[in-house]
Amino acid sequence: MRPDTELNHLLDWVEGLRKRVREIAREWESEEGNLIMILHAIEDELGYVPRGVANELSHELGVPMARIYEVITFYHYFRLVPPGKHTVKVCMGTACYLKGANDLLEEVERQLKQLEATGGHQGEFSVENVRCIGCCGMAPAIVVDGETHGRLCPKAVEELLKQQREK
Amino acid sequence: MPTTPMTANELAAHWDEPPDPYPDIRVCLDTGGVAAGARDVYQALREARDELNLDIDIKRTGSLGLSYADPIVVSRDATGQTTVFGAMDADAARLVIEDHVRNGSLLEDRVIASRERGADFGGQPQSAILVKDTSAGKDEDRTLHFQELVQQELTFHELNEQIKVYRALDMGLYEKGLCLQFLPSRVTYAGVSEEDIPRIIEESARSGQVLNDLIVTEGDLQERIVLRNCGQIDPEDLDSYLRRGGYRGLRRALLEMSPEDVIQELKTSGLRGRGGAGFPTWQKWQLTREPQADRKFVICNGDEGDPGAFMDRSILESDPHAVLEGLIISAYAIGAETGFFYIRAEYPLAVERIQRAIDQAHAAGLLGKNILGSNFSFDAKVRLGAGAFVCGEETALIASIEGRRGSPEPRPPYPSIKGLWGKPTSINNVETLAAVTAIMDRGGAWYTEFGSGKSRGTKVFAVTGKARNPQLVEVPMGMPIRTVIEDICGGADSGARIKAVQTGGPSGGVIPREKMNTPITYESLQELGSIMGSGGLLVMDESDSMVNVAKFYLGFCVDESCGKCAPCRIGGFQLLKLLEKIDDGKGKSEDLDTIRDICHCMRTASLCGLGQTAPNPVLSTLNYFEDEYLACVTADAEGKQS
Repeated sequence: MRPDTELNHLLDWVEGLRKRVREIAREWESEEGNLIMILHAIEDELGYVPRGVANELSHELGVPMARIYEVITFYHYFRLVPPGKHTVKVCMGTACYLKGANDLLEEVERQLKQLEATGGHQGEFSVENVRCIGCCGMAPAIVVDGETHGRLCPKAVEELLKQQREK
Repeated sequence: MPTTPMTANELAAHWDEPPDPYPDIRVCLDTGGVAAGARDVYQALREARDELNLDIDIKRTGSLGLSYADPIVVSRDATGQTTVFGAMDADAARLVIEDHVRNGSLLEDRVIASRERGADFGGQPQSAILVKDTSAGKDEDRTLHFQELVQQELTFHELNEQIKVYRALDMGLYEKGLCLQFLPSRVTYAGVSEEDIPRIIEESARSGQVLNDLIVTEGDLQERIVLRNCGQIDPEDLDSYLRRGGYRGLRRALLEMSPEDVIQELKTSGLRGRGGAGFPTWQKWQLTREPQADRKFVICNGDEGDPGAFMDRSILESDPHAVLEGLIISAYAIGAETGFFYIRAEYPLAVERIQRAIDQAHAAGLLGKNILGSNFSFDAKVRLGAGAFVCGEETALIASIEGRRGSPEPRPPYPSIKGLWGKPTSINNVETLAAVTAIMDRGGAWYTEFGSGKSRGTKVFAVTGKARNPQLVEVPMGMPIRTVIEDICGGADSGARIKAVQTGGPSGGVIPREKMNTPITYESLQELGSIMGSGGLLVMDESDSMVNVAKFYLGFCVDESCGKCAPCRIGGFQLLKLLEKIDDGKGKSEDLDTIRDICHCMRTASLCGLGQTAPNPVLSTLNYFEDEYLACVTADAEGKQS
C-alpha cells in the first residue's frame, strides 16, 4: 500500500471514530448525568477509552478532560489501555478466595510467563482479578472471553488457556 | 403479552388465568445456571424433543437458588407432578426427553428430592423410590449398596416392575443416615437401617402403611416471599408474571389507597431495609414524602458489591417485574415521577432483563402517563455501575448516577432531603422492593406473621464458601443461623468442622461456631459484632485462617476506599500492613493493641459506611479468635529464639 493511501485509511478511521463518539453523545444528550453511560457505550465498542476519544468527548459534551479522566480512573470497569486478544478474569470474591482463587491466579500468570518465554505474544491475554462475579455456588470461577468456568483447579486452568489460544 | 395500555380491569383479568400450563420443562437460565452450562442443556432438550416429535413446551425460567446443583431442569408431567433435575449436561438432557418425558422414568444421581414431604400414601400406588446416604463425605458406595438392597426387596415382593429405585442427588436431609422418598406421595423416611428395608417394602410399598418411627414430616424450612416467583416464571414474559398475580399490589395502591395509606401499610408490615442497615422502609418513604420539591426521585440499589453475595442479581434476573412493581409503588408513596435502577455493570443479564421489564411495562401501561387510568405518572431508567464498592453507599451512589466519581458526602442532609440533583430521593435495595410488592399484595399484617421481635418478614441469604450445598435461601427472620447452615445447606463441605460463619461481607464480622444458635435478627447479629448485611453468609471450616480472612476483607476495603477521608484512606492502609506482617509471622504482640486503636479511630471518624465498618472483620476475628493472632505472633518469637 502506498504511504498516502495508508494515511488516508487512518484518517478515515479516525473520522469514523469521531463520528461514532458524536453519535453516542447525541443518543444520551437529553439525559442528565450521562457521562458514565456514554463511557460504558464507548468501552463496549472499543474495549477501552482511548485518549483521543476522551478528548473528542470532552469537546462534544463541554466537560473538562480532567473530569472525564477522574471518572475513568475512579471506576475499575473503565480501561485506558486496550485489552488483549483474550481476556481472563479471575474472580476474587470471598467464596472463590476461600476455595483457592489465588492458586488459579498464580497458575494463569505462570502459564502466561511460560507463553512469553516460548515466543508467544505479549498482550495476547489480559489478566485481571475481579470482584465477585456472583457465581459463588461454582467457586472458584474464572471468566475467559466472557464465558464463565467454575469449580476449577490449577490443572484445569492450563487446559482452558490452551483451548482458548487455539480458538 | 399486552402491547397496549391496560385498564385496571384488563389487568385484573390476567390474575384469573390458570397458571403456566403443564406438562412442561423449564431450564433455570440465570447467570449461575448459564455459567454451569444451562444453555447447552436447553439446546439439547429442544433438539431431542424435535427429533422425537414430542409435544412438550421447553421454557426459560430464573434461578431456583440451588447453586450447588446448576444447571437445573424442572419437569412437570401431565398431572402437575414436579421433578427437579440437577447437575445436568447435554447427555442427561437427552435422557430427560427420551426416558423421563416419554416413559416417566427418572435419571440416576440427578433428582433433587422435594422438601415438601407427604404425610401418607393416600391409597395411591407408588411409582418410584429415591434413595441416598445423607452422611457427609464419600457416600456414593453406601448409596449404591442401599439402592441394591431396596431393589432386591422389591424384586422379592414382585414390585420391581411397578416401583423403580433411583439414587438422588440431594434429599434435603443431612447427617440423617440412609434416607428415602416415595414418589409421587413424597413420603420420606430418614435414619433407615438395613434391617428396616424389608418392612419398608412390605408395609409401605406393598400395603401403603406409613412407618411412624421413620417418617419425616417436617416440611420446607424456607419461606419464599421475595423469591416466590424465582424459578417459577419466565422472567422475560410479562404474562407469566401477571398470571401469578403480578401488579396486583400496584393496582391496590394506585386505585384503593392514598400515598399515606401505602406508607401506613409498610409501617404495619415492619419491613426494614434489606441492604444491611435495617432502617425502617416506611420511615424512609415518609421522610422523602414530607419535603416540598419540584422533583423527587426513587432509586433501586442493585449495586450488589459484597463479594460472595448474589441475592440481588438472582432476584433481578429471575423476577424483574416484582422489583419494578416495588419501585413504582415507592414512587407513588413519596410522589416521584422518575426512578432509576442502579445495577452493577458486572451483571449484564440482570440489566438486560430489567430493561426488558421496563419496556414491557411501558407498552402495557404500567409505566408512563396515568398508570392504570390513575393520576399517577412515572418512568424508570437503568443506570450502570462501573465497579466501585463504595457506590453501594447512598451518597456515593447518587454521585455515580449524576455521572461523577463515586465519592460519599457527609450526612446529614440525608438523601431523603437532598439527594439526586439536590432533590428528595428514596433509595431502596432490590430485595426490599420485591418484599414491598408482596406486602402491598397481601397486606402488612400478613407480613408480620413471619419474623421475630423487631425483625419482621423473611431474609434472603447467599450461603457460600465451605458449605456442602451453596445456595440461595429465604428464611423467616429469627431462625437460628445453625438451622440455615446445617439443616438447609447441609453443614460444611465433606463433613469438615465449621469454624465460623461470616455475615455482612467486608462490613460484617465472623460468628464463631459456638454462637451459631443465635437467631438471625438485625439486633442479635449486631450484638455479636457482625451485621445482617445484604445477605452473604460465608461458611468457613477449620482449615481457614481467621487472620487471613480478616486480611482478605480489609484488603478489599483498602482497595475500594475512595480516599476522600483520612481515617479510611490512611487507617485502612496501615491496618492492612499490620495484618500482613502478622500473617507472615513477623508481628509482635503490641501490634494487636495498635490494630485495636486504628480500628477504633476508623469506626469513629470515617466519613461513610465503608470506612466506619471496614474494621468489623478485623475486630470480630480478633475478638473471637485472638488465639490465632497470638499464635502467628508467638510462632515468630519462638522462631527467633531457635
